[in-house]
Amino acid sequence: MDKPLTQHIKKDGSWLSLQEYEAVGGYQALKKALTLPPAEVTTIVTDSGLKGRGGAGFPTGSKWKTVPMGADAPVTKYFIANADEMEPGSFKDRLLLEGNPHQLIEGIIIGAYAIQARFSYIFLRWAYHQAAKAITRCIHEAYEAGYLGEHIAGSDFKLDLSLHTSVGRYICGEETALLNALEGKRANPRSKPPYPTVHGLFGKPTIVNNVETLCNVPLILTNGADWFMKLSKTGEGGTKLYGASGRVKRPGLWELPLGVSLREILEEHAGGMKAGYQFKGVLPGGGSTDFLTEEHMDVPMDYKSVNAAGSRLGTGTLIILDDKTCPVGMVRNLEQFFAQESCGWCTPCREGLPWTTKLLDSLEKGTGKMEDLDILTFQTHYMAPGNTFCALAPGAMEPLQSALRLFRADFERHIHEHKCPWE
Amino acid sequence: MDPKHTLTETETAAIREIYRHFPEKSAACIEGLKVIQRHRRWVSDEAIRGLAEILDMSPAAIDSVATYYSLIFRRPVGRNVILICNSVSCWIMGYDQVAASVKKHLTIDYGETTADNRYTLLTIPCLGTCDHAPAMIINEDLHRDLNPENIASILNTYE
Repeated sequence: MDKPLTQHIKKDGSWLSLQEYEAVGGYQALKKALTLPPAEVTTIVTDSGLKGRGGAGFPTGSKWKTVPMGADAPVTKYFIANADEMEPGSFKDRLLLEGNPHQLIEGIIIGAYAIQARFSYIFLRWAYHQAAKAITRCIHEAYEAGYLGEHIAGSDFKLDLSLHTSVGRYICGEETALLNALEGKRANPRSKPPYPTVHGLFGKPTIVNNVETLCNVPLILTNGADWFMKLSKTGEGGTKLYGASGRVKRPGLWELPLGVSLREILEEHAGGMKAGYQFKGVLPGGGSTDFLTEEHMDVPMDYKSVNAAGSRLGTGTLIILDDKTCPVGMVRNLEQFFAQESCGWCTPCREGLPWTTKLLDSLEKGTGKMEDLDILTFQTHYMAPGNTFCALAPGAMEPLQSALRLFRADFERHIHEHKCPWE
Repeated sequence: MDPKHTLTETETAAIREIYRHFPEKSAACIEGLKVIQRHRRWVSDEAIRGLAEILDMSPAAIDSVATYYSLIFRRPVGRNVILICNSVSCWIMGYDQVAASVKKHLTIDYGETTADNRYTLLTIPCLGTCDHAPAMIINEDLHRDLNPENIASILNTYE
């Protein structure tokens, strides 16, 4: 079982029905979990080393542990699957949502049991219409089979699950912004603390976990924490959905042991660069991660190693920059995206991102000046972590700050040649 | 004013059914906007006032939500809405040539609707199908691996 997360997903694009999912052991993990005390389920997930696959990489079990439990805890708690995949260059949750929604639903029910939640939601981005169809059908099947509603699988546990389809905005993927969107409000992030695990949806304790994270949960319950830990090549448990887009021979998505090298993903799985194109750099985990270059080819793609190399694993979907593509143009595209998607709540982000975009525009047009590079560097400090209300702007600065360092000569050529050298 | 004057009975019933499931009526705001848009393709000022009546909110509060979300249309749109991905992977793979081809074929720019109300052209952030870039969505259909040459035949299938 080298691809436990995706092994049952069909090639024809149709999703696994309840019957098909049960035939491959589906919902057995839930039945097992229901025989354990909720705290023990959390312990198993903690011991597995599972970290959040949405980008931040926070240990899942540790998150669950901070939810108030016991007689004094609020009766109403919520459990939410974050299926708002909108990080530029990321397309991994789509496969799990379209291919096997029951695996996600089972993960949600187990997680909800661990924190004793009464209600759960799948927060899905608007664009995933096929996933919406699949999830709607599978939720219906799960209710019919007694996996949702009252007396789940014959136990005393009850849980309702609904699908919420979003109406756009990248910021909805931020967990507190997501909560505001679910409450029907503008999706501005909330200040933390209090953390959602204590004061979340409608003021009640709430867990928000990424789709890929939750799809791992039934596997961990079935096979044990040690098994999960051993799936990876490093000290962090599990497999990971890695992807690659850009001018590689075979853009795509692969489930691989966590910690395979950047080189292995690029050369063995993505097939290397297309004829006529040379590798120049890569955003290893979506639009809001720092560039890595040729010297990082042997970095193991796990959370710790990518951090040590100066970037983040993020969503694990590589965006490849080739030598025929302008690095300044690529960063401008990213900053335009972040400027557009800023919620406008805090000043550094609302003002800083359009300013950054304007400077990059001027570089691309050939009207940039050397001092613009200093202003861009200033922006990367001005919008650094801790200076903004949420992680959007600091994330936006990651590709910029690394591009300024790694592709400095390319920025300067735009100024000296009074045009984009790639045009 | 009776909300029936601005929203249909079907719309009103659908919105009331939604807020029953939430601890607060206002939680149905986004879902209510979606109901209206499903019936009318866009959300007019009158519809905002109608929704405000049903949810006991001010029209301004509803509008602050409506204008926040990029896929709630506060201006009329055509029968087919084209959303072209302009994010990074599609940019690398030459989405701008695809967009130019769409604009040329329809003789409209972003944010515009054709004179016959057949198409509206907009952009959308990353569609999550980056291994098949460039990509676009028309209504609810995803089109991938686009090139400037196959645009006309795709567009022509939408009446």
